[in-house]
Amino acid sequence: MVAVVEAKDVWDQRVASGLALLRRRLTGQYEVDEFGFDRELTEEFLYPLLRPLYHKWFRVEVSGVDNLPAPGGALIVANHSGTLPIDGLMLGLAVHDEHPSHRHLRLLGADLVFRMPLLSELVRKAGGTLACNPDAERLLSGGELVGVFPEGFKGVGKKYTQRYQLQRFGRGGFVSAALHTGVPIVPVAIVGAEEIYPMIADIKPLARLLGTPYFPVTPTFPWFGPLGAVPLPSKWLIEFGEPIDTTPYADQADDPVVVFNLADQVRETIQMALREMLERRPDPFA
Amino acid sequence: MTTVVVTGVGRYLGAHVAARLSADPGVARVIGVDSAPASPELVAALDEIGASHDSVELVRAELRSGEIGALINDVQADVVVHLALVTSPDGHSGGRSAMKELNAIGSMQLLAACQQAPTVRKVVVRSSTAAYGASFRDPAVFTEDTEPREVPRGGFARDILDIEGYVRGFRRRRPDVGATVLRFVPFVGRRADTHLTRYFALPIVPTVFGRDPRLQFVHLEDALEVLHRSVTEDHPGTYNVAGPGVLLLSQAIRRAGRIGVPVLEPGLSSAGAVAKSVGLGLLSLDQVDLFVHGRVVDTSRLSKEYGFTPRSTADAFDDFVRAHELGAVLNRDRIAAAERGILDMIRRVRGGGS
Repeated sequence: MVAVVEAKDVWDQRVASGLALLRRRLTGQYEVDEFGFDRELTEEFLYPLLRPLYHKWFRVEVSGVDNLPAPGGALIVANHSGTLPIDGLMLGLAVHDEHPSHRHLRLLGADLVFRMPLLSELVRKAGGTLACNPDAERLLSGGELVGVFPEGFKGVGKKYTQRYQLQRFGRGGFVSAALHTGVPIVPVAIVGAEEIYPMIADIKPLARLLGTPYFPVTPTFPWFGPLGAVPLPSKWLIEFGEPIDTTPYADQADDPVVVFNLADQVRETIQMALREMLERRPDPFA
Repeated sequence: MTTVVVTGVGRYLGAHVAARLSADPGVARVIGVDSAPASPELVAALDEIGASHDSVELVRAELRSGEIGALINDVQADVVVHLALVTSPDGHSGGRSAMKELNAIGSMQLLAACQQAPTVRKVVVRSSTAAYGASFRDPAVFTEDTEPREVPRGGFARDILDIEGYVRGFRRRRPDVGATVLRFVPFVGRRADTHLTRYFALPIVPTVFGRDPRLQFVHLEDALEVLHRSVTEDHPGTYNVAGPGVLLLSQAIRRAGRIGVPVLEPGLSSAGAVAKSVGLGLLSLDQVDLFVHGRVVDTSRLSKEYGFTPRSTADAFDDFVRAHELGAVLNRDRIAAAERGILDMIRRVRGGGS
């Protein structure tokens, strides 16, 4: 009898909080930060949608999450792959769900993302912003965890034959943002994203026509139409590496050689972690 | 004792700044300049603070004609406050070319007059955050040092860039004169009647498809406070003036109890043209740009130098919604009542079942 009453109260609470959430959303009574991050929308709507993909489909395993600072800023640098940037979503969910203080990862995206209607607004609401030094430094000095994929489209749009080979890291603008703000750099290796949409070919003329950086051909796309958007259920590993202290280089943030070498060090660290993790995961779909 | 010349007293902002300054014991004389011979706005503003109608001397002058120079010399002005800006073309008084004439040429002539006037020791110029332009490569938050990446499409934004260019030239030529440039975000307030407030009063509010811009507002009373302090205190330099915090357009529409209808961007521009032709003049290219890109500015310099922080964007907007009694389509109280109703109904049904 008591058990029945308790169960009822739980449901009553759920209904009441669900209705209150709906009312807040309908009347605009929620907060959005200056970058457009909508915490409530992300936690109540986006993450619940992603969790089945994270746990059931990709069976993500996370290690080294204690390398992320509990409070305070850090720059999270990861490898980028998978044709569509699903790795960004999974990395964000990993940081939020696995970190003891449920921190939010603020991803930096290319300007192409912010040119596209709908997508641009979704990215901002989920905590992303434009990959530029003013934004990165503002977030980092505000004590946020900022995520960046320095390979950009070269990484996410590479062919399957080049899987787990890190592409160029550019000039390392991300490093100078970390040096300016004195935050540690945490290298992250993501295994599994390469296999979700294995890109066999890239139809360059079509990409030019559509104004996209590449036009992928995968085993399922474009042959199966929208079904081609279903990612293959690869097994994912995400490893947060040892943080790299940037305070010794604080006064050399504008020295291009120091910045380039540090970027190279981060790149090497991630590349080595990837090789070691691939040995642990011989079968991509295990 | 200070003698202040205020331009644009025919409009709400100028009228209220002039009225406030006339009530300040540190200000000896306030001369209001406008192109119209009488200013009902000024009379209303003076009535509001209980000042006599002659505490601001109204002088009729056209800024672009250059006669303002003689006036500044005649009254031995110490401070010139330039507020005569038109934010969007008015079909009744000459459209875009008249707007440019007043904004750009008017500001140029006024600053030239100030440059020649030996008594002037301070100019305060109204600008806008439109000075940051609109580009997809813009950072999320503009500080006063951010340079525009692309020349904006909108007429007002281009005028603002011209005006700020004239101020830069003025600063070089008269380094002894303190020049304060205030970049305002759109005003809201109890009595503000601007394009944006008229926009939010529409029952169905057009928005740009696939875009949900981040907006900021400043409460008119806070804008008046900042302008007042710019005259009575010394704050040379450029300042963003905005309510801290951000509202998304979708969020503002919900808070105003409106219903947003996404329109494809070219459609919105032409809808703006149609609206203009029927005298509504709702959306200029300036507004379309704002509704695509959004615009958020950093206000820490203002807070630090002025020791004053405007009320937040959300509070300013809520005050505007309350004061205008927009006759909400989706009323906040009604939704709260519906929520209670549904919850009660569920509880009754479940209670009846057990």
